Amino acid sequence: MVLVFFSYFALASIAAGVMTVSLKNPVHCGVALLALLLHVSGLFIILNAEFLWAVQVIVYAGAILVLYLFVLMLMNLKTDDRYFHSSYLYFLIPAAIGSLYVLALLIRSPFGGTKGDAPAEAVLRDGDTHAVGIKMFSEYLLQFEIVGVFLLGAVIGAIVLAKTPKQAHPERKG
Amino acid sequence: MVPLSAYVAVSAVLFITGLLGVVIRRNFIIVLMSVEIMLNAANINLVAFSYYLESMAGQLVALFIIAIAAGEAAIGLAIIIVVFRGKISTNVDEMNLLKW
Repeated sequence: MVLVFFSYFALASIAAGVMTVSLKNPVHCGVALLALLLHVSGLFIILNAEFLWAVQVIVYAGAILVLYLFVLMLMNLKTDDRYFHSSYLYFLIPAAIGSLYVLALLIRSPFGGTKGDAPAEAVLRDGDTHAVGIKMFSEYLLQFEIVGVFLLGAVIGAIVLAKTPKQAHPERKG
Repeated sequence: MVPLSAYVAVSAVLFITGLLGVVIRRNFIIVLMSVEIMLNAANINLVAFSYYLESMAGQLVALFIIAIAAGEAAIGLAIIIVVFRGKISTNVDEMNLLKW
């Protein structure tokens, strides 16, 4: 059963990613990106990460994607005929060959490693949100604060960049 | 039971899709969307390893990546608005004001 859901979410997210890159109209690309984000959040559910699922739906699909669509509407873009780079075939073929090689390596790899301290039963007992919260506010507190400062800087930077510029030489008084 | 390599393979395919989008598309907004695809591929990888290696660290890093993606989207779109206000199109080939 898990395999069925995994195959659906994986194939749908890959298809949505390809559509995001290859569609012509930018608004269609935005909607394909929305489909990609929702299917990736489905993969998070399979992996017992409900908190990340909620964050993915709220922050990515709810905030970031709406921001993209707002800017697309603001721009009133016209789609030009040549929307790919002029020499994209030079990139496409080596990328296909390289990705096949990486896939062959990945399928053969065992991915062994030392286990951590959060097995699935312990996570499921109190819930994923509880486990993430305990970990975030104990071991990862410094990173959490740094991300907060980073977001503050991003907000101020976006406001400064996007506000209407003043006149270069305002008239002097007196 | 889905093997871990299946998740890593999905993540690799998505990452390469996003990388191709950054390289071959000419619209700046689509380039930023492709960056989002790449960040999502990294998130799938982190959460899958967090599940199979039974550690919470991967999910926390994925959470921080989502926060960074939000900041990146805000700054990138503000830059697009500034560039567009200067009567330059969003085509990345025509943005060459800083070229020396």
